[in-house]
Amino acid sequence: MATKSDNNRAWLFVIPVIVLVAFNAVVPLMTVVNYSVQETFGDNVFFWHGLGWFEDVLRSERAHAALARQLMFTFTILIIEIPLGVVIALTMPRKGVWVSVCLVLMALPLLIPWNVVGAMWNIFALPDIGLLGRLINSMGIDYNFTQQPLAAWFTMILMDVWHWTSLVALLAYAGLISIPDAYYQAAKIDGAKGWAVFRYIQLPKMKRVLTIAVLLRFMDSFMIYTEPSVLTGGGPGNSTTLLSIDLVKIALGQFDLGPAAAMSLIYFLITLLFSWIFYTVMTKDEGQ
Amino acid sequence: MSRIGLSKLSHSYIDTPTDAADWALKEIDIEWSDGGAYALLGPSGCGKSTLLNIISGLVVPSNGRVLFDGRDVTELPPEQRNIAQVFQFPVTYDTMSVYANLAFPLRNRGVSEAKIDARVREIAEMLELTDMLERRAAGLTADAKQKISMGRGLVRQDVNVMMFDEPLTVIDPQLKWTLRSKLKELHQRVGVTMIYVTHDQTEALTFADQVVVMQDGEIVQIGTPVDLFERPTHTFVGHFIGSPGMNVLPCEVREGAAYFHGRHVPIDAGVGRPGEGARLEIGVRPEFTRFADDGGVPVTVVRVSDAGRHRVVETRAGDTRINLLTSESEAVPEGEAHLEFDPAHTRVYVDGWISEAA
Repeated sequence: MATKSDNNRAWLFVIPVIVLVAFNAVVPLMTVVNYSVQETFGDNVFFWHGLGWFEDVLRSERAHAALARQLMFTFTILIIEIPLGVVIALTMPRKGVWVSVCLVLMALPLLIPWNVVGAMWNIFALPDIGLLGRLINSMGIDYNFTQQPLAAWFTMILMDVWHWTSLVALLAYAGLISIPDAYYQAAKIDGAKGWAVFRYIQLPKMKRVLTIAVLLRFMDSFMIYTEPSVLTGGGPGNSTTLLSIDLVKIALGQFDLGPAAAMSLIYFLITLLFSWIFYTVMTKDEGQ
Repeated sequence: MSRIGLSKLSHSYIDTPTDAADWALKEIDIEWSDGGAYALLGPSGCGKSTLLNIISGLVVPSNGRVLFDGRDVTELPPEQRNIAQVFQFPVTYDTMSVYANLAFPLRNRGVSEAKIDARVREIAEMLELTDMLERRAAGLTADAKQKISMGRGLVRQDVNVMMFDEPLTVIDPQLKWTLRSKLKELHQRVGVTMIYVTHDQTEALTFADQVVVMQDGEIVQIGTPVDLFERPTHTFVGHFIGSPGMNVLPCEVREGAAYFHGRHVPIDAGVGRPGEGARLEIGVRPEFTRFADDGGVPVTVVRVSDAGRHRVVETRAGDTRINLLTSESEAVPEGEAHLEFDPAHTRVYVDGWISEAA
């Protein structure tokens, strides 16, 4: 008689992962949750504060302004990078030696560490010694990103576009080259011209990779810290203080652990919510 | 609709072809009449798809001309040739509805919406797509998508020729038959010239009035399905068409008579005069081979396989394999046996090509 016995030793394979996830995600997150509901005056003494910090953050004008700047930044770069990336992908060659040249050139900005990008652009855009800064000033435009909020925004967006459009272009390119020739041949035979080919063949076939591109760019830009922090440090004034920069100021500058923890959690939930909305909207008619 | 002519056509994908193997298509001359149904049949790599792409204008041939109704269209791009093509893998515009898919070629040509509507509904009716006109093309089955690709060709009334590049490859076996007969029916209804490329003999023989059999970039035979079956002009055709293919037996020819293993094989069509040192073979289909009481070719029965309504018997005469078909009821001898060939359907081939007395 053969009874089926469960072999539980398979759990041994799973335990290391559970431990790893616990230490790099669950424990830090729960620590933040812990801080967010307590008040401390140092010396590792904590007092229960309930949801007070959350109320404070949600009512704080400073947090609202940072969130508004964050949304402004993210949507601006999305509006520029996604179409620009698609256009670049469309103009990239499909065959021949130039393919690898283009791919390497496109990948270069992605390989540069974030703080280096910030430092590079800081120097590049300085009005007195930077190439870009001097060039703009020499055209008769008064440009100084360390003093003018508009110039600071312009530089910050230009930097992000330079750094990350490649990612969108490479993803879109991957989508484009996966389209079989038969589609283009059929389109020719059906008499479709350039725009119709893009609208009905290329765009639908790129949709999946573009969904990924939008999600990645949304999440990355919404949580961006290093580059603007090195470039402008949130200034001039608070004009480029994005959510993450504000958060670091609260947590490490003012050492307000409670409000910072509450803000982190709210920040996290907003990111999650937007990602979910993007994903749902962009994949909504795939089920049919 | 039009006559298609291919004149001294050849093509190489290499810029400077040196030897025969560099040519994807060796010199080809064909004249196809208006409204016919033709098939290009051959194994993978025989050049049939190249030929199709030359007719559709996706490939410009190295030499020769393509004529539509006598007009030279060799250099014209596909969109100016008024052709339609159905590809191996169904091409549909996935974001559009079935209706919009069918209307697409007409909208691109600026036809009025009223005319488009009438035409799309007519074609959808023919293809049995009427129920799904409002659905999106994305979620449909492969056979429905393939019908849509056909439909995009059929809606246009100015189409010179409709081409099919192995269109049933991704269709389920049960549906292949339905779609094939649908295609045949459509051809009779719309009367447009159709060219069908395939490596499947059943598809070619059931669809076409005339089949072009190709091998290594060359046309080996053009004929009706009956011709190809009853009088293959090349052993390749005999072997490629038929299941199992034609038996090919090495033979000798003396004074206009053929001998296999020293035994005379009667042939109604006679034998031409073979040149010195040529390869001589007798070709006879398994359908025209039967057991004889004695006095025929002595063979050993190797294997019997049941193919439903008939049996395939594999025998050997020395090194030569000879297949024959027998009915279910007929007793198959075991071990040693004798075979005879129907003289009306037995022929001699010299270096692969048919040889008959003039």
